[in-house]
Amino acid sequence: MTVKNKANSFKNQPDDKGHFGAYGGRYVAETLMPLILSVEQAWNEAKADPAFWEEFEDLAKHYIGRPSPLYFAKRLTEELGGAKIYFKRDELNHTGAHKINHCIGQVLLAKRMGKTRIIAETGAGQHGVATATVCALFDIPCTVFMGATDIERQAPNVFRMKLLGADIRPVTSGSGTLKDAMNDAMRDWVTNVHDTYYLIGTVAGPHPFPAMIRDFQSVIGTELREQMMEREGRLPDTLVACIGGGSNALGLMHPFLDDPEVNLIGVEAGGMGTDTDQHAASLTGGTPGILHGMQSYFLQDADGQITEAHSISAGLDYPGIGPEHAWLFDQKRVQYVSVTDDEALSAFQTCAKFEGILPALEPAHALAHVIKIAGDYDKDHILVMNLCGRGDKDIFTIAEKLGVEI
Amino acid sequence: MTRIDKTLTALTRPALVTFITAGDPNHDQSLSVLKALPDAGADIIELGMPFTDPMADGPVIDLASQRALKGGANMIKTLDMVREFRTGNDNTPIILMGYINPIHAYGIEKFCKDAQNAGVDGLIIVDLPPEESSELETAAKDTNLNLIRLVTPTTDKARLDKLLRGASGFLYYVSITGVTGSKKADLSSITPHIAAIKKQSNMPVAIGFGIKTPEDAAQMGAIGDAVVVGSSIVQTIADNGNDPKLAEKVSTQVKALSDALKA
Repeated sequence: MTVKNKANSFKNQPDDKGHFGAYGGRYVAETLMPLILSVEQAWNEAKADPAFWEEFEDLAKHYIGRPSPLYFAKRLTEELGGAKIYFKRDELNHTGAHKINHCIGQVLLAKRMGKTRIIAETGAGQHGVATATVCALFDIPCTVFMGATDIERQAPNVFRMKLLGADIRPVTSGSGTLKDAMNDAMRDWVTNVHDTYYLIGTVAGPHPFPAMIRDFQSVIGTELREQMMEREGRLPDTLVACIGGGSNALGLMHPFLDDPEVNLIGVEAGGMGTDTDQHAASLTGGTPGILHGMQSYFLQDADGQITEAHSISAGLDYPGIGPEHAWLFDQKRVQYVSVTDDEALSAFQTCAKFEGILPALEPAHALAHVIKIAGDYDKDHILVMNLCGRGDKDIFTIAEKLGVEI
Repeated sequence: MTRIDKTLTALTRPALVTFITAGDPNHDQSLSVLKALPDAGADIIELGMPFTDPMADGPVIDLASQRALKGGANMIKTLDMVREFRTGNDNTPIILMGYINPIHAYGIEKFCKDAQNAGVDGLIIVDLPPEESSELETAAKDTNLNLIRLVTPTTDKARLDKLLRGASGFLYYVSITGVTGSKKADLSSITPHIAAIKKQSNMPVAIGFGIKTPEDAAQMGAIGDAVVVGSSIVQTIADNGNDPKLAEKVSTQVKALSDALKA
């Protein structure tokens, strides 16, 4: 452990009660508290067990396909005429996104705890597909809660989950999106507390989930550090990632939090614009509150009623954000910006045209910001964007937006 | 002593606790139901504070929140409703039940002060375990509001010790693992647990979740100091929301529950 990892570190959160400064914590029904505490205990034991990590790393390498490549986006770099742009290619993982990283980690923990049933919520379906995948791999029954609206706009992923043997529960309450799916998953968990593990899909929920999922996703940033030293002999200058709950961003950035020379940028979903009520930018447009087991920033009204989020990207369509991001926002260690639906759509097309890659609409948000800022930098400025998911699942949404019938 | 303590001390039979959501389906209809509850036989009233995302509630009470919010409910109006109720009733305890976020948005200290001034006697906050409740505990104590803790089938002896610290009024025993409005608990599975709780604490125990009919109430009344009925009353409101005779219909239902506990 280095000196930096002590008092003045950005990496020593949360405290032993799961608080990231004022955020995080464990705001759950009493029925769940004993289970939450046992997940924490099991996680603390697993974390200290080399055999646990050996199994995780083995599956990361041979099943997920890690490490994911670090790719120099040459044509895009030339086109934008500024910073040297790299993509961390987590869209090449098995199942097509970074979600599989924490799914492997959590299924190993669930198995260790003797749980015989797994539930999950999903927005874009990437986390649902990844959960269904690891459940198939470990032969554990899997139930996925998904908003009815999302089921409609992510039909390919719904079918993939079914092929993998998952039971899909459409959620019609609220706006039928990720927030509502999370509510119903919590309701199921409180009912089936004895045999069920809730495999949460982002760095959110009650402690220990935000810290645990971050630790599993940190494989992204840890690999990047090594790959960048090998490629460029130094650390990158700027890291950019999209944020819904914030798992891919935290996985990318956490290993760099104590390197002040590395500029960190999180990109929220600005929907129709953060000056409208149609967006999902919880930090830019929200206030501190408590939902889904954690204190963090949420889109809400003055009465503390949660308001609906909007994003073209189902994976970012969530009115909250992980508590560690809330803390990093207050600390000003990470800069948080937003881009609109239209900017993300345009970035998607740019990526296809110049790099031959169809990014998911989630990282298309990160790319839209890269496109905005790359020209401001010199050619020796190294910028890395986390390409955290592939866009096959989004082609129907995009076709509709572009007015094309397929 | 709060009204809750006085009521539970005075009764020689199990108390009937009835739940409705404030402002469901609108302020006036909800107030008419609230005012009718004591005469119908409710000994204690739980008034739900509407919230968009009631994660511990089943569909019946979830929908009640959505109706109330659509009807313009908010925390200020909920407290107004209690104030209006108190102009005609100074005896029946009122407990506000809900989730922490609307209280957090209102300001915890200010909320406790305003609730106490309005005539509230206790609070049940379902997503606020003792690990996160120190601020509310202090504010509730300063304003003489009972903070009622939930005890559940997953609560063991050590956990109960933790829950008892800072608990007052009564203990709310959640008789099933699940959300409100689920199916009734199996009596044989909860009787030993209630007995164990009684050994560890001399606070009154109310049993809730899944209790719908007078028969259910009588059964649970035999092992608890109070029974809580929520979803089945809220369902009556859902079915008769705009009926001018709504309060009468709810009263008939509550009277049958009350009679079952007096038998």
